[in-house]
Amino acid sequence: MWRDALLVCGKDLRIELRAKIGLNQVAPFAATVLLLFGLALGPNRQALQPAAAALFWIAVLLSVVLAVQRSFAVESADSARDGLRLSGLDPAGIFLGKGAAIVTQLLVLEALLTVGVALLFGAQLSDGLVLLAACVTASIGLGAVGVTYGVLSSGVRVKETLLPLLLLPVAAPVLLGATKAWDEALAGTPGQAGVWLSLLAVFAVLYVAVGTVAFGPLLEGA
Amino acid sequence: MRADRALRVLGAFALVGMVATVWLGLFVTPNAVGYADGTVRLLYIHPPLAWVMFIAYGMATISSLLYLWPRTRHARFDRLAGASAEVGVVFTGLTLVSGSIWGRTTWGVYWAWDPLLTTTALLFVLYLGYLALRNVPGDPDTVARRSAIAGLVAFLDVPIVFFAVSWWRSLHQGPTIDLATRHSYVHGSMAWTLLLGFVSFTLTYVWLMVHRYRLAVLRERESDEGLENALADRWAEAVR
Amino acid sequence: MAPAVSLRDAVALAGRFPLLAGVTLDVGEGEIVHLSGPNGAGKSSLLRLCCGLLSLRSGSAVVLGHDLAVDRRAVRLLIGYLGHETFLYEELTVEENLRFALRAAGSGAAEARVQAEGAMARLALTGRLPSTPVGKLSAGQRRRTAIAVVVGRRPRLWLLDEPHAGLDHDARSTLDEVILEARAGGATVMLSSHELGESDAHSLADRVVHLAGGRVVPAPPAVDGDPDAAASPANPPAVMPASPAVPQGAPKRARQSEAVHVA
Repeated sequence: MWRDALLVCGKDLRIELRAKIGLNQVAPFAATVLLLFGLALGPNRQALQPAAAALFWIAVLLSVVLAVQRSFAVESADSARDGLRLSGLDPAGIFLGKGAAIVTQLLVLEALLTVGVALLFGAQLSDGLVLLAACVTASIGLGAVGVTYGVLSSGVRVKETLLPLLLLPVAAPVLLGATKAWDEALAGTPGQAGVWLSLLAVFAVLYVAVGTVAFGPLLEGA
Repeated sequence: MRADRALRVLGAFALVGMVATVWLGLFVTPNAVGYADGTVRLLYIHPPLAWVMFIAYGMATISSLLYLWPRTRHARFDRLAGASAEVGVVFTGLTLVSGSIWGRTTWGVYWAWDPLLTTTALLFVLYLGYLALRNVPGDPDTVARRSAIAGLVAFLDVPIVFFAVSWWRSLHQGPTIDLATRHSYVHGSMAWTLLLGFVSFTLTYVWLMVHRYRLAVLRERESDEGLENALADRWAEAVR
Repeated sequence: MAPAVSLRDAVALAGRFPLLAGVTLDVGEGEIVHLSGPNGAGKSSLLRLCCGLLSLRSGSAVVLGHDLAVDRRAVRLLIGYLGHETFLYEELTVEENLRFALRAAGSGAAEARVQAEGAMARLALTGRLPSTPVGKLSAGQRRRTAIAVVVGRRPRLWLLDEPHAGLDHDARSTLDEVILEARAGGATVMLSSHELGESDAHSLADRVVHLAGGRVVPAPPAVDGDPDAAASPANPPAVMPASPAVPQGAPKRARQSEAVHVA
């Protein structure tokens, strides 16, 4: 399983490095989201700064949808699943590999967005450890649910609309936890972030476990 | 036949129960102290609606589990899960509406982001997604399996959502409405009416479930017969 | 010796449409079988069923000793499938695609490199081709890469869906040689094409199986000295019997939960 996971993760990241979709499309998309929020909420820093964490994580959440869709679009145009099924790879390994590739891309995106949020919304970056911990646990959780729902929707014709509808409500706790953790860190009270980080960790562990088990059946009979 | 008659009797009881609840609730029970005039009467409707929502989703989840478990895999559990989720979504919508109306009269706003109502709203969207997935065309086994898995994945999220939202709410000193403490003020005719409300809504749920389940059986029968025709057509292609 | 592929009244659906409407077929080990029939007859579906990609609605299917009604996954490492889509990654080079596919099928890193080099050489994927991204190749070159994947994996059962399509003359001869080498190595080959009569598939094959309407049918009547006429023993009439030779009524739905095996 781990060998297959490494193989798939390496393959996905190598494809990403060549095609640079993340860099050319997903990152600009996320930056656009931040800009649009800035436009909508007004130029007054007073309104934007407290919302910085929330806007950051909403941008990340929306980008996850794109990243997941891209991850499965890579697996050949109309029959994303047949290739994976025939390859002989362990489905749990495929899940972990694709998930890891998405988490890696998310972390890079979050690094870029952190700079964006500091610039655009005047977020005071402090307590980097909490910020980082939130990013890592949240990304793992998002990657796990993302790949789970991604494989589910990759087999249907209406995948573009189905994936966000399924993914975003389930990811709501991640949005909540990550935003609150960041709020505490940005406000200078990192101690309060503990309960939120544990929520993120529980979510991540739970959905990695669920996804590892569910990916195979979903890839096959779904 | 016997089953049909039993169903009609059940339906009658449910209807009578609901009418009685409404009548008692509106006209017989007294106003409660501390509530704006008449608003306590929503008490007889809102908690029963929420209760049915929970048993509906619980039923859907248990049926999904039973479907996925190899030893108990059977089409009936898939149908139960789908039927229960549909009824559950309807009752969730009603819970939200009644909760919102209550909020308006009690707190002055239609939506105050209290933990229970917010969790309910997320449940609403979660299960709308589940129903959307069930409606995607596919072969019955495929639809059943992926819906069951999706249902479980969604269900696992529910406690997490609830705890997250509760913590989130407790940080803000907002209105501290607690359904549990509300119930302790209920006694006498109010308690009986509330109980009647729970019972009649539960009966309604069962009645709706049976009908919805039957509908699913009929649909499958129709597609089976469609299969006979499709096979015949396909065979006819070979005739030159 | 048990047949490599054994199907009895196999039915497979896509939604409500019966892709296969009751296929009965035996393929012995080491045979090369040509699946012939018009478009929409079910040739691709039959090959996909044997891969374990399609689920069996009713009937039985045993491929290389694995019962597909019970477990569709086990058989996949033993077969090599060449479909209409190539399952190659556009951004990766020919060599990277091959190495990935071979490693996915279980070879170690060094072993996969050797196998890939061998397969590329066999399919004349040389010079600058190995390091060219698949997205930049012509359709014929992509086909050859996909064939190279199958060659490298050395499966026991080859399932080729219209393999000659899109190949030039040299590539077609190479493919024919590769198929014969596979058979010499003990593999079984099923290939489909909709070209009747004089075609590459026809001349390679030990026998021809005709499909129409999702079922195996006797050979169509001879058309001006068409050698196919000799394929079926009794030279049956053109008109098929109105009631098909299948149990009365529709095959009961054999959902995974209520599997029914038609004897």
